[in-house]
Amino acid sequence: MRILVIAQEKDGALRKSSREAVTVAKKLGAQTDAFVAGTGNAAQEASAYGADTIYLFKTSEYDAEMQSRLIAAKAKEGGYQAVFFAHDWYGRDISARVAALLDTVVLSDATQISVDGDRVAITRPVYSGKAKVQLKSKGPVAVVSLRSNSFTIEESTGKGEIVEISGDGIEPMAKIVEFTPVVTKRVSLADADRVVTGGRGIKEAANYKLIEDLADILGAATGATRAVVDAGWADHALQVGQTGQTVAPNLYMAIGLSGAIQHLAGMSSSKIIVAVNKDPEAPIFGVATYGIVGDLFEVVPPLSDELKKLLG
Amino acid sequence: MNIFVLIKQVPDTEARIRVSGGSIVQDGIKWIISPYDEIALEEAIRIKQKSGATVTVVSVGPADATSAIRTAYAMGADKGIHVVHPEYTMLDSQSIARALEAVVRAEDVQLILAGRQGSDSDNGQVPLMLATRLGIGLIPFAVEVTVSDGSVRVLSEAEGGRAVYQAALPAVITANAGLNEPRYPNLKGIMDAKKKAIDTRNLLELVPGWESMVEIVAYGDADARPKGKIIEGETAADKARALVQALHEDAKVI
Repeated sequence: MRILVIAQEKDGALRKSSREAVTVAKKLGAQTDAFVAGTGNAAQEASAYGADTIYLFKTSEYDAEMQSRLIAAKAKEGGYQAVFFAHDWYGRDISARVAALLDTVVLSDATQISVDGDRVAITRPVYSGKAKVQLKSKGPVAVVSLRSNSFTIEESTGKGEIVEISGDGIEPMAKIVEFTPVVTKRVSLADADRVVTGGRGIKEAANYKLIEDLADILGAATGATRAVVDAGWADHALQVGQTGQTVAPNLYMAIGLSGAIQHLAGMSSSKIIVAVNKDPEAPIFGVATYGIVGDLFEVVPPLSDELKKLLG
Repeated sequence: MNIFVLIKQVPDTEARIRVSGGSIVQDGIKWIISPYDEIALEEAIRIKQKSGATVTVVSVGPADATSAIRTAYAMGADKGIHVVHPEYTMLDSQSIARALEAVVRAEDVQLILAGRQGSDSDNGQVPLMLATRLGIGLIPFAVEVTVSDGSVRVLSEAEGGRAVYQAALPAVITANAGLNEPRYPNLKGIMDAKKKAIDTRNLLELVPGWESMVEIVAYGDADARPKGKIIEGETAADKARALVQALHEDAKVI
């Protein structure tokens, strides 16, 4: 099988989710090539996870329409049986456009993947994690997106031949005219290995700082429940759950939240879950690896101190 | 202005999803408009109230999936088109997009709004596929929409920040949480909605020779989590210490 992996760069390096995707393709025994759009500083890095040919589209602008056309054309012309994306913001914005150009669907948000002859088989959560489904690709090319943090990254050796490709000169129909970065020293929810989420139990906006402080000790991203977002105590972008983001970090700390079914849907595939809640009957304890029954205002300060001692 | 809103009928987000014999058990499920689609519809109704528009909702689904369209009528949609898919599955985004393409091409549509993803499949593919097939612009993850003079300006949640998109109409916009707070339909709206006609179409006529591009092998229950442990201790500080020790020595995540 030949697989084309679509990778994105961040701060001059390949995104973690992209490194995962290249690793997965290589481990499936495929001849793995990559497509990278951006400055090109990170392109060579794809070979360290197994990419042979790296198609580099040098650009300083993000244009999903053009990237989709370039990727679909490359997939056809190169005779790839599969195109892999990370199921991150970029993967969500580009993969379905590519699938439309290739007359297929995206097998999206895969948490397990295998190859069956020339077909790709995946398992993925549906209903925000309340159930799962096994799917198989049909047709000549499978477009797949892989859930972040579900696959390990392993180094490998690829030829790493860089082939520069150029744009098609078509102006996008929907164009980004302004971009305002959210300035934060914290890792984004999508990329985070660790997440600390605050729920209604924090009682008021000012107390969200407790969550932020705990997150900063851990180098974690901060999250919030719908109740906290609706109350205006945290930004919408931080909402974890069925109408927010789905995350699966190695460590998820749920502080002062009961675990409504919509919230559990967004985080219950995290590896280790810690819950701190006053109510021993709270549903969050049903999914927690470790639970502390207690008042978060009494538990979080000593917890922060202990973590500081350990992590320095 | 003609605004089309793509809505999908999905299980209530409170619903427990049960699986039996490799399929989802449909009995006892309460059906709603997918939450992001509801936000898209609310935005369309607000544009209509501000500057005048006809709001048409389009829903692809099985023959009995009409309650989402009734709810949309109750909220303020003017017209409803129900595309009946005899072998509907939420995961067959390609045939859904092709059916919608056929519907839209037969009409004079300036703006298409949809939720960023369905709360059942979490796919988020159909609006992007539709825009790509129609050859019009798509703006994802909108949190603020301004329509003026044949174009649209949209503030969107993007990776690492917020992006402002500009596009000529017609265009497709997907709604993110935070765009608005959808209204509750009032009693009169609900009563009137029951009497309104629904324009029913057949997917087989819209997309002759359609073929699903995904094979569904089987649904299954979500993986059960291993049983957890409640950390005991005299004081909150004791519990905190024991937790950090467990995370460090047993779970090895810190």
